[in-house]
Amino acid sequence: MSDAYCRWCGTALAEHPDIQCRRELDPPRFCPECGRRLRVKVHTAGYEAACRDHGPLLD
Amino acid sequence: MPDVPVTLTPKAPIENRERLTPQAARTAVRAAGVALLDERRQLTLAELAELADVPDSAVPTLAALAHEVRLEWCGDTVEVEGILSAKTGGCPEDCHFCSQSAKFESPVQAMPFLDTADVLAAARETAALGATEFCIVLAIRGPDERTMDRICELVPLVQQEVGLNVAVSAGIVTEAQAKRFAEVGVHRYNHNLETAESFFENVVTTHTWAERFDTCQLVRDQGMELCCGVLLGMGESVDQRIELIGQLRAVEPAEVPLNFLNPRPGTPFAGLPLTEPLEAIRWISLFRLGLPSVILRYAGGREVTLRELQALGLTSGINALIVGNYLTTLGRSPEEDLQMLSDLQMPIGALSKAI
Repeated sequence: MSDAYCRWCGTALAEHPDIQCRRELDPPRFCPECGRRLRVKVHTAGYEAACRDHGPLLD
Repeated sequence: MPDVPVTLTPKAPIENRERLTPQAARTAVRAAGVALLDERRQLTLAELAELADVPDSAVPTLAALAHEVRLEWCGDTVEVEGILSAKTGGCPEDCHFCSQSAKFESPVQAMPFLDTADVLAAARETAALGATEFCIVLAIRGPDERTMDRICELVPLVQQEVGLNVAVSAGIVTEAQAKRFAEVGVHRYNHNLETAESFFENVVTTHTWAERFDTCQLVRDQGMELCCGVLLGMGESVDQRIELIGQLRAVEPAEVPLNFLNPRPGTPFAGLPLTEPLEAIRWISLFRLGLPSVILRYAGGREVTLRELQALGLTSGINALIVGNYLTTLGRSPEEDLQMLSDLQMPIGALSKAI
């Protein structure tokens, strides 16, 4: 399924301005399904991101 | 979504300062070398301020002296550390650079204190990379009783289970809290001055620079090593950076993590430009020349600021680094950093303050 919301700014992709808002060294911060902020755990060798409603974010 | 980084290229406003002539720069760098290597004395702040004005073309020369000073005062070992945000976001303070303040609309979702299992797993990851230090970081003004209990339970556990030196960063502490941390074996306590006293009110309004200074003193009074970092690129002047070096000398840190502002979305400093790479090398060199015996650690913002010049920092006075990810942002791959150290033929090990 393709994303409905931007993972880095949370804007609906249908309304997303034509700019690249992903920064290379930022983990995703918003759920691609609902646009809510993700719960993100960053640790030395990785990160886990999960949405309260949609569960863990899988790449 | 495009899978490429945003190009962050706005030029930093260059302060209108007169640069030294190449000849005057050579003279100043030579004199600094005599002071630091032959006479083995600290530079005065006036001497540092003069070195701050060497022309861009002389920055590699300044860096070469900083490297020699680092080798002479600290040796060639590089200390590798991993850090973990054990309690993220929702912070009541308003540090204008930080994505974890509850005062700003930041994409960072607040998270409660991680489980013990998560903390131990992160420590094991850190140890597997050859690191000797692991810092447990909390986004709080200062610890309450429950938080104290959790930290004091974790510190000896990580030490025993994983065998790393454990550092803690938990904000402003009282004398009794500092004492308790020392008793449970906190190796280093991190509390940053962040910026010069004269610039601090532009960065934080919810606590004072003096409160930070006091916590730094308490940490040392209790016999813990003080890790006291700075953040460059928030709009402070050259004179204020020199002022900051003087203030760091006064708190006598064992370690100084050198952060460069990585402007965070939603924070008051979101629109500030990155520090230019060569300017970053100039200031790494100056911090080493001003603080010859400290552990000077690469910290947040180095990847986006220095880009291809990251190895150059290690020959400009840096002798420690944070490996892997940061608190809310990611680092470059640990393998790249370890390869860099191997290529530079710099051994990895634990450091403590030289004098």
